Amino acid sequence: MEILMHRIGIWIGVFLTFAIFSFLYKDNPFYKIAEQIFIGISAGYWFIYTIYNILIPNLFVPVTTDLAHNFLLLIPAFLGILMLCRLIPSIDWVSRYALAVVVGTTAGLFFKSYLQSDVLNQLTATIINPFASGNAAQIIGELILIIGTLTGIIYFFFSKKHEGAFGTTARVGIYFLMISFGAAFGYTVMSRISLLIGRLNFLLGDWLGIIKP
Amino acid sequence: MKIFERFLHIDRRIIFVLIFIGVALPLIWTLGFNLEVTENVQSVYDLLEGLEPGTRILISFDYGPSTKPEIQPMAIALMEQAFTNRIRIIAIALWPMGVQMCNEAFEKVSAEYPNIEYGIDFINLGYKVGGMVTINHMAKDFRSTFPTDAGGNPVDEFPIMKGIKNFDKLGCVISLSAGDPGLKQWVMIAHDTFGKPVCGGTTAVQAPIMLAYVNEQQQLVGLLGGLKGAAEYELLVNKPGFATKGMDAQSVAHIIIIIFILIGNIGYFATRKQDIMKA
Repeated sequence: MEILMHRIGIWIGVFLTFAIFSFLYKDNPFYKIAEQIFIGISAGYWFIYTIYNILIPNLFVPVTTDLAHNFLLLIPAFLGILMLCRLIPSIDWVSRYALAVVVGTTAGLFFKSYLQSDVLNQLTATIINPFASGNAAQIIGELILIIGTLTGIIYFFFSKKHEGAFGTTARVGIYFLMISFGAAFGYTVMSRISLLIGRLNFLLGDWLGIIKP
Repeated sequence: MKIFERFLHIDRRIIFVLIFIGVALPLIWTLGFNLEVTENVQSVYDLLEGLEPGTRILISFDYGPSTKPEIQPMAIALMEQAFTNRIRIIAIALWPMGVQMCNEAFEKVSAEYPNIEYGIDFINLGYKVGGMVTINHMAKDFRSTFPTDAGGNPVDEFPIMKGIKNFDKLGCVISLSAGDPGLKQWVMIAHDTFGKPVCGGTTAVQAPIMLAYVNEQQQLVGLLGGLKGAAEYELLVNKPGFATKGMDAQSVAHIIIIIFILIGNIGYFATRKQDIMKA
């Protein structure tokens, strides 16, 4: 029985894979069916997952079993109910209070961490002696790092017109940015091809058995 | 000149078919392209090799099935190395489906290591919502963040959790990440706030963003970027698997894409020259 269910699962997976791939030819009913199934299952899955893995263990169980030690949990529970008021048009404004708390606390909590990691530590990592290593390749690499960082920052400085030496430096910054966009594009292609490899591995391995999955 | 105009109007379905064939064939017949280990991947390997047997490390499974082809091979290779060196793994997930990803990887690897015992050498603490806030809370009070394992058993029952109150007794933190919350949040809290060595693996899309953290400050000790990073790690642990096989297909697909980019550019510049001459 278990093997049969496994085989049925694979065939459903194969059908949905081909249904989605069929969009590459042109839009068609099979693609639409697969798309709607995906949206429906995702919504249902997340709804149930949120109840059973977030609300029940983190709110309902602590509050119902030991309210004295967990009464603070009633505050986020109340804010959550306020958020649901968005569904009732006449009182949807109430949800803004909950949203304000989320925005405020997130900004406060993340401000220090982002400042430390993305500004201070990144800046410190750029303030280096490029000639310290003695290795030619490393020296060139570190010089590129310094020049790229400085010219990139200058490009984003818009309070002065980009002309003369300042403009030339900003132009160098653009080249560095373009190279980084190219690298990002290359990585994105690699990522998407990896997903195709994953699907083909499923089709050729799990379904057809031509290769070892 | 018509040929150059044709270059600009190639039916995209021809490209899709060629990519499909270009990816499928190397999966069936291995080509065996050379693979070199990069410094960022070597650093992750060296970090784990430098840990004493019995050391506990934390692996956070911050991805789901949609990015499984890229990241799961990293998880498997990292577990292989850890279990070979008797390093113990405490696994958590900041993504809900990460729990299943972790169980699948453990099931696959543990079959080759019969001495590995759940609760002694490995534990899966399950998923916790909250992202960066959760990491911050773990660093202050690990046990109240994860009072039970994924199966609902109290963590005090498991020897692997003995003495774990925060990040202090962890050798390092590894995040296998497909986005937010993930590796960046681990860098921000575990390393930049609490000074714990952090390394990880990401999807190729995320890799250029995260590479900036592999720097003089060692915000990240090393990074496995996409399928290639996974293949390099398989090479290091000497266990060629899905990623190594996938890199052949990856390389062929890249060659096809490069050829089409060249064809498109030749067509563009040739027809532009023609238009200028006409004008």
